[in-house]
Order: sequence, then C-alpha cells, then structure tokens
Amino acid sequence: MKYATEFRDPKLARALLAEIATLAERIGATREKPVHIMEICGGHTHAIFRYGLDRLVHEGIEFIHGPGCPVCVLPRARVDECIEIAERPEVIFTTFGDAMRVPGTRKSLIQAKAAGADIRMVYSPLDALELARRNPGREVVFFGLGFETTTPSTALAIQAAAREGLGNFSVFCNHITVPEPIRALLDDPHMVLDGFVGPGHVSMVIGVHPYDFIAADYGKPIVVAGFEPTDLLQSVLMVLRQIAEGRAEVENQYARVVPEHGNPVSLAAIADVYERRSSFEWRGLGEIDASGLRIRAAYRAFDAEERFGIGYAAERRTVEEPEGCACGAVMTGRMKPTACPQFGRGCTPEMPLGALMVSSEGACAAYWQYGGARGVAAE
Amino acid sequence: MCLGIPGRIVAITDEARLMAMAEVSGVRREVSVACIAEGPLDRLVGEWALIHVGFAMAKIDADEAAKTLQALRDLGEAEEALEAMAAGDAALEGRG
Repeated sequence: MKYATEFRDPKLARALLAEIATLAERIGATREKPVHIMEICGGHTHAIFRYGLDRLVHEGIEFIHGPGCPVCVLPRARVDECIEIAERPEVIFTTFGDAMRVPGTRKSLIQAKAAGADIRMVYSPLDALELARRNPGREVVFFGLGFETTTPSTALAIQAAAREGLGNFSVFCNHITVPEPIRALLDDPHMVLDGFVGPGHVSMVIGVHPYDFIAADYGKPIVVAGFEPTDLLQSVLMVLRQIAEGRAEVENQYARVVPEHGNPVSLAAIADVYERRSSFEWRGLGEIDASGLRIRAAYRAFDAEERFGIGYAAERRTVEEPEGCACGAVMTGRMKPTACPQFGRGCTPEMPLGALMVSSEGACAAYWQYGGARGVAAE
Repeated sequence: MCLGIPGRIVAITDEARLMAMAEVSGVRREVSVACIAEGPLDRLVGEWALIHVGFAMAKIDADEAAKTLQALRDLGEAEEALEAMAAGDAALEGRG
C-alpha cells in the first residue's frame, strides 16, 4: 500500500479498503468479471489517480472515467468559434484558463492570443463584467463553459449586466448539464455500468434528485461523493452495499456540503437566464438531447451567439476529430488511454491532440501524470 | 474545474450588490455572496464558504474547510485557483 502513507487517515482508508474487498468477494467481482463503477466528475477522476485508488481497491472493482470534465468534452467547432469571435478587433475575449489549451481545428486560444488576439484569462465572470465597465469602447465576451457548478456564475453575471444596462458585455454560452450524458451512456448498449459515484460540487447546486432516474429507470445505484480519498472509498463502499443488497438508490455521502434540493438562489438564477437547447454536441460522444443550455430571449442582448451570428444560432457545424484521436472510445470506457496509438506519441499534455490530454481532470492526462510507465507496464 | 475552494468571508464590501471580501489561503479576493445570503449580510463575516469562480456557493464549517483545502492542495487545485485569481487581477490591468 504505497500510497496509504499519504492518507490523512490511513487507518480509516485501510478499514474501508478491507470492507470493499469483502463486499467485492461476496458479490463475486473478479479481475475478469469486475464491477464497473463510473465516477462522473473529472475532479474525482483526478483524485482517484492522485491517490492511486484504482490500484488500492480490490481487483474486482473497475473505475470507468465519466464525461465530467468540461474542457474534455468541448468540441473543436466551439473552440474555432471562440477564436472567430476573439479575432474581431473590437473584442476582448475572456475565458477561464482551463480552456486556453484545448485544440481547435486551426489553433487553440493560447495560440490565437500569441498571434495577437486580445484574449484574457480571468478567474471569474465578474472579472469580465469589470472589464466591460472599464472598457466601454470594446466588446467584452465571456466564454461560458462548464457544468452546473459554474452555470450560476454566468447567470448571475448576465443578470447584473442587465441591471446595469451594460451594453458591451455578452456570454458565449456553452454550458452543459450532468444528468443527460449519463442517460445517454446508460442507453448505449455497449456500455456496462453497474453503479455511479456522483459529482460533489455540481450536486451542491442541483441537489440529489436530478439523479433519481438513474436508480428508478435504470436500476443502478448512485452515491454523491466528496473529494477526500476516504470520501471516495466510502462512496464506492456504499455503491457496493447497494449492489450486494439488491438496492438501487440515490445516496448522499457528501451531505455536509450537498443539500438534498441544491442551492435555491443558484437554481433560480439558472432558470431565469437559461433554457435547454434541443440537443448539444459533446466531443467524443456526439449530439446529446437536452444536454446544453442557451440564453433565454429576455437576455438576448447578452448572448454572444446572437451578437456575432455564431454557434448554435448559426448553421449547425460539426468538425471531425483529428485523425487517430480515440477520445470518444476512451470517454465511453471502451478503450484505456494507454491503448490509444497516439498516447504519449502524437498526444502529450504539452502538445495535446485530443481534449482528454489537456486538463488534469482528463483520463488521458491523469494516466500520463500518475499512471506513466507503470500504467503502461501493467496493461 | 467544477471544484470550489474554501475561503473565509472577512468583510462585506458592497451590501447592495451582495459582494464581500474573502480570504483564500492568505489571498484576498472580492466575491459574490448572492448564493449564500440569507438574513443580515454581516452575519456572514467570519464564516467559511466554498468559493467557485468568484461566487461563494455553500457555507461550510471550519473543520470541513481545512480538510477540503488539504485535499485540493494534494490535487494541485488550490494552487490552480490562486493562480487563476492572480490571472484575473492581471487581466483587469490589461496585463493578462
């Protein structure tokens, strides 16, 4: 147990691992016939690799890394559109740093910035608002990216811009939602998923009930989890207990942060500003029904798609993935990152080909950083 | 990137706009408390909250804050958040 010394509570971690092993044996999980547990959130993927949980748990448990890394599922066409907006001379294009290195078809935002576009990394949509106030002669566009944890921040920023009558601020909305891709994966006949570890901070906003369908319609257990290694082990144990007892329920391991019904102010802001698109494109997964949000007509003045005639407001555009990129197969758990012919060759964190190598939350980057040669040898 | 980082509310800076000064790992940053504001805002001073992209999203206790901060440090996420805050400041000055 090489990593166990790093646990703040190694005794608890050992006890949890032992209980997981006992339950795995009881339900007959083996290396050949493992129980497949998907951790949905990219933060959890990162933590599982960081603490080596995938190697510490009983060999009958296999983690499938979910689509919960926003920059990993961002299609190349969206990146191209960001650059199209950013290259306009009147525009100050603002974005979270995470999106800077995601490859588009021509270049990434960081390359566009180096070539002279006014692209600024900001910490918060509030920074973009402040830039708009300070630069009344420029068009300030914020790249609205991320799941339900992040969506309230742009909704509240748009509401503030509307209150202030800030005419030079808009959001390029690419917000996506967690439950819909999970439904799509559960509907995929190639996927074998026995249970889920649910996202912690997304659930702090939306609560636990949006996952009810996973238990009710598909008969799979889901446990919303915190980010400490013992939180994750506890959650895996709770999933296994449900399987062993023949239950399928939504359980909340992270109740100290996640309220059952989420955060009412955040949910109200999202509902006021955004509505569902009929479908939205995910890198590696394709179009998924009702999985993306767009700005409501009442806030059209702050919608960069309307203002620049771009994105889903324009003609639907899809761009093929780069040749040899297997992000889609990795994302759906059909291929391990190390089995991709480009892994570590045409695709590294320094020069990513696919999006899963860009973010520390991407499965490929996690394998590269923590799996490394050992991971390859183990395969 | 959907992670919140623990910060402590140290002062209310703009009551009307629901803005407060928060201290995150020794770095001060103005944040919105719109999502956790119920009752008099002054009561938030001294409280810990999970802060995500400039918004306090949930109140937490001091013990949870310490544990979460340690977990985020282990993942390198705490440094990432602090660097992003510095990048935001630089962008406002036109240096980003």
